[in-house]
Parts: sequence; structure tokens; C-alpha cells
Amino acid sequence: MCVSRAMKSVGEVTDFRPRSIVRVFARAMKVPWMWIGVAMMALGFFSLLGLLSIANVSFVYPASALSYVVGALGGKFFLGENVTKQRWAGVLLVALGVILVVVGKG
Amino acid sequence: MPNLVCEQQEFMSDEAIHAFEQPRRRVHLRVKTYILILLMVLLNPVSNILLKKGMDQVGPMVSWAPSRVAAFFVHAFSTGTIWLAICCLMGFFVSYLLVLTWADYTFVQPSAALSNGLTAVLAYVILHEYISPIRWVGILCICGGVFVVGRTPPQTTEQL
Repeated sequence: MCVSRAMKSVGEVTDFRPRSIVRVFARAMKVPWMWIGVAMMALGFFSLLGLLSIANVSFVYPASALSYVVGALGGKFFLGENVTKQRWAGVLLVALGVILVVVGKG
Repeated sequence: MPNLVCEQQEFMSDEAIHAFEQPRRRVHLRVKTYILILLMVLLNPVSNILLKKGMDQVGPMVSWAPSRVAAFFVHAFSTGTIWLAICCLMGFFVSYLLVLTWADYTFVQPSAALSNGLTAVLAYVILHEYISPIRWVGILCICGGVFVVGRTPPQTTEQL
């Protein structure tokens, strides 16, 4: 969500040439939200590793599917996105699917 | 035809031009959103599969001694498959960040979950892993959810 906020503040990309893309990323690196987002991703990754060391994969990955629900809530209240009932239905279906894909591997 | 359109627009008010451009912009927005999400969905599982294949070529780490660990990573990064995987992963991140400059996070994040299903299918086809019926149901749920989300507009906010 923080990374999304940072990229939105950079502005919509309309030119997909390599030089323009590099300029977009250079602008994004100057936005504090980008660094907060990267730090959050790193924290999440290490938390996942720590959790995997003490809990089963069959618990951890389905639990992490909750991130889709958290993402929808964050998108609505933090990013001001219009999360309609239809989008909520899709998010919940995806979260269920992710849980089943991981549990099914076990 | 383009010249005729431009000539017509010369006589149109700003509001009329805006109304004329809106449907085209919506289509353009959807097309580039779908293209980048498709790239994300393809590149993420492909990079995972390539990483797995690359590390299989490298072999297991037999010792945690610093010199052995260093040699292990040197060997890993001398493998072409690993570099291909890194390129795919970079392509995934570039696509992800670019699409977030205009599309809603709540549109992109569920759509990217398709890569979970594709990873399972690729594992079945390339690595010959078994996919249980529950996993197939999960893949179908993900596809269904992405379809439902995909029917909503990709962008519901103004630029921040």
C-alpha cells in the first residue's frame, strides 16, 4: 500500500520507453512512502521466515492469504479507493483460492 | 480519418472533447492495465520455476562454513538459469510498480494472485509435481475472483 501510494504520487506512466521508465523509478526513489513500503516488505519477509521456523507451512501461507483482505481494507481507508461489493467478493474469492492452493499442496 | 477527427474537435467545446475522449481513455487504461498484469502473472511464476531449476543445478549447501557459503553463492550466480530468473523477477517488479502508478492497489493485488495458480500449473507441467483436486478448486476460485475483480474499473481514484 505504501509503495502504491508512492507510485501514485509519481503520476500515471504513459511513456513506456526504457529511459522514461528509469526516470519514473528515479522519481519514485525520492518519495518517502516508497522507502517505508520497501522497509515494510523487508519486515514482512523476515516475519514470514521467522514464522515458518516455528509453524507449519500449511498454517502460515493460508494465514498470509489474509493479506488480500487487509489490502482491500487498506486500499479503501488508506488509499481512498472505491472498493465496491463486487470487488470485495472477488477479493474474498481470491483469498479462499489461495488458501486452497496452499492447503491442497499439503 | 485522424485529420477529420482533429478538424471536428476544433469546433467542439472542452466538455464535449472531454466526453469524446473518455471512452477511448477507459479502453486504453484497461488495455495497458491488463498487459502489465499479464506480464506480472507470467514473470513471477516463471522466475520461481527458473530459480528452482537453477538451484537444482547448483545442488544443496553442504556446509555453513563461510568459505563454503561464499563458494555456494558464487556457483549459484555463475548459473545462467539463475540470472534468467533474476531478469524475470526484475521484469515482474517493474511491471508491478508501473501499473501501480494508475491502477488501484485493490485491483492489482488480487489480479496478481493468478500467479499462484499459474505457479501450480507450471510446477505440474515442468517439474511434474502432482496437483490435488483441492488445489485445482483453489486455482478455479482464484480465476473466478480475478474475473470478478476484473469487471470493476481499474482506476477509481485521482492521482495523489
